[in-house]
Amino acid sequence: MTNDAPTAGAPFRPESLRKNFRRDLDDRIIQSVLFLAAAVGVVTTFGIIVSLATETIAFFRQVSLAEYLGDTRWTPLFSSKRFGIWALISATLLTSLIAMLIAVPVGLISSIYLSEFASSRVREVVKPMLEVLAGVPTVVYGFFALTFVTPLLQRFVPGLGTFNSLSAGVVMGIMIVPLISSLSEDSLSSVPRALREGAYAVGATRYEVATQIVVPAALSGIVASVILGLSRAVGETMIVAIAAGQTPNFTLDPRVAVETMTAYIVQVSLGDTPTGSIEYQTIFAVGTTLFLMTFVLNIFSFWFIKRFREVYD
Amino acid sequence: MSARNNIPVADMVEGMGVAQLAPGTDTFRGQLVWRHRKGGIFAVLGLLSLAIALAMLAVLVIDILIRGVPWLNWGFLTSFDSRFAEQAGMKAGIYGSLWLIGLTILFSLPLGVMGAIYLEEYAIQNRLNAFIRINITNLAGIPSVIYGLLGLQVFVRWMQLDRSVLAGALTMSLLVLPIIIVASQEAIRAVPPSLRQASLALGATKWQTVWHHVLPVAFPGILTGNILAASRAIGETAPLITIGALTYLRYTPTGPLDFFTVMPIQIFNWTSRAQEEFHDLAAAGIIILLVVLLGMNAVAIYLRQRFRRKVRW
Repeated sequence: MTNDAPTAGAPFRPESLRKNFRRDLDDRIIQSVLFLAAAVGVVTTFGIIVSLATETIAFFRQVSLAEYLGDTRWTPLFSSKRFGIWALISATLLTSLIAMLIAVPVGLISSIYLSEFASSRVREVVKPMLEVLAGVPTVVYGFFALTFVTPLLQRFVPGLGTFNSLSAGVVMGIMIVPLISSLSEDSLSSVPRALREGAYAVGATRYEVATQIVVPAALSGIVASVILGLSRAVGETMIVAIAAGQTPNFTLDPRVAVETMTAYIVQVSLGDTPTGSIEYQTIFAVGTTLFLMTFVLNIFSFWFIKRFREVYD
Repeated sequence: MSARNNIPVADMVEGMGVAQLAPGTDTFRGQLVWRHRKGGIFAVLGLLSLAIALAMLAVLVIDILIRGVPWLNWGFLTSFDSRFAEQAGMKAGIYGSLWLIGLTILFSLPLGVMGAIYLEEYAIQNRLNAFIRINITNLAGIPSVIYGLLGLQVFVRWMQLDRSVLAGALTMSLLVLPIIIVASQEAIRAVPPSLRQASLALGATKWQTVWHHVLPVAFPGILTGNILAASRAIGETAPLITIGALTYLRYTPTGPLDFFTVMPIQIFNWTSRAQEEFHDLAAAGIIILLVVLLGMNAVAIYLRQRFRRKVRW
């Protein structure tokens, strides 16, 4: 529209122009306010980094990085303090590994079944139930692991302690199943129909279509779902804090009590730790380590989707 | 066969034996039966893995009901925690959770919806907005216990809010903000563009369009997302323990600066005790928590169904 000169039909009215100006100004103010709201997310990330960094730097003024990464004993709460993070990392990795051993096969098979084999009626019943499974608070899973799964497993696994990474890992795996299955089902069902029909037309069976056409086409999304599941397992707190114990232990034995990074943060937070003390700083150092691990996993999963996504449109 | 994942369909079909063997020969029939049977076997496996996940859910619910129901009575809801299991109740946790959720929604709902409006309606394609978007996706993947460390450092220590319910609610708001933003974005995106175009064509400003036409239509979706975010916040335990919420409290908050505990923390506290009665008590607490969560989800589903039926284009 070119309305720079007032035409004969519409007389020039400064009044309405001023009104327009007001409206535009209002709109611009509103836009700025909305922008600030959206930017809160960035501020949050910034806040996380700053608050982790300040205490972590203070921590590494007293403890060398070589000791932190070179030792396997973690005893900051005792009088003879050792700061070997591997005692905590090993427990986190062990429980996460056990969880993934459950969650990946169960989650992936479920997702392929739901997307390629199940009738829509089965899907309608099962998917909300999986959502319920995903919505159960983790403290409930922790309770279940400690008071039900551990006593149950103790009948079959000799030498299984009251606190152990096995039952914590198993229950954490069950918790992650809905995450993996729903995310990978999303990517499976977004594979275009034409691909499936093409394969059927040349005589492939349903199983062959599922495993050789649909799964490879959706692979980026499937791998991303597994990585996100792993990231969730690494950061999961209540299940391991309740069921895996609070004994820092550099071991791969799933039957004994261990302490994950998250469980350590909970343990210290439950006590009365004076701010500024080395014990207080340790939870931030551990938090930074945890943050970096999950951050790398999340970034990797996004990158994987972007890099290997098959686009058919 | 799995090694042939990325081979084009034509080559693969050859591998399946379709092209090599004339249809009708016994070998082909025999193979075909087996090829179809593999699908059947996989379907059984799929059902089995779903059954494992859902059986776990069933066992969890039954176990908790058996343990908890005998402990449920009016006194359990109306009395404070106690050193004696028979006298202990959830009053402090229930009030604390209500306070926490109320304040959390108060902070996160306007912020989240405003952020979503900016990203969907105002944000142009530039680096800053792309960064804001990526950042929000990233925030959703950060473990909740890290948010607890953020809250501990920023709200509890720097802003000197102590272990108050306000500090807890601010922490929780940042935690659920990405969920609210993403859900609201989806709801806003689902509003047909023609609605906006009609409004803009009549001379409305962008904000008038958003306020009078987009938001009312997107409202049910936004509401659903907020209920889901709130149910996430009700079940969260780790960040609140990290900021130092109390585990044993014999009064309810009377203002936002009072100390508090929440239902999941009480459950955690009872679970960590050695005595069996406290484990049963924890199960009773879990029943209350799950009933609240189920109720909220039912409301969300009801709203979704109701409004989906009403609006048609």
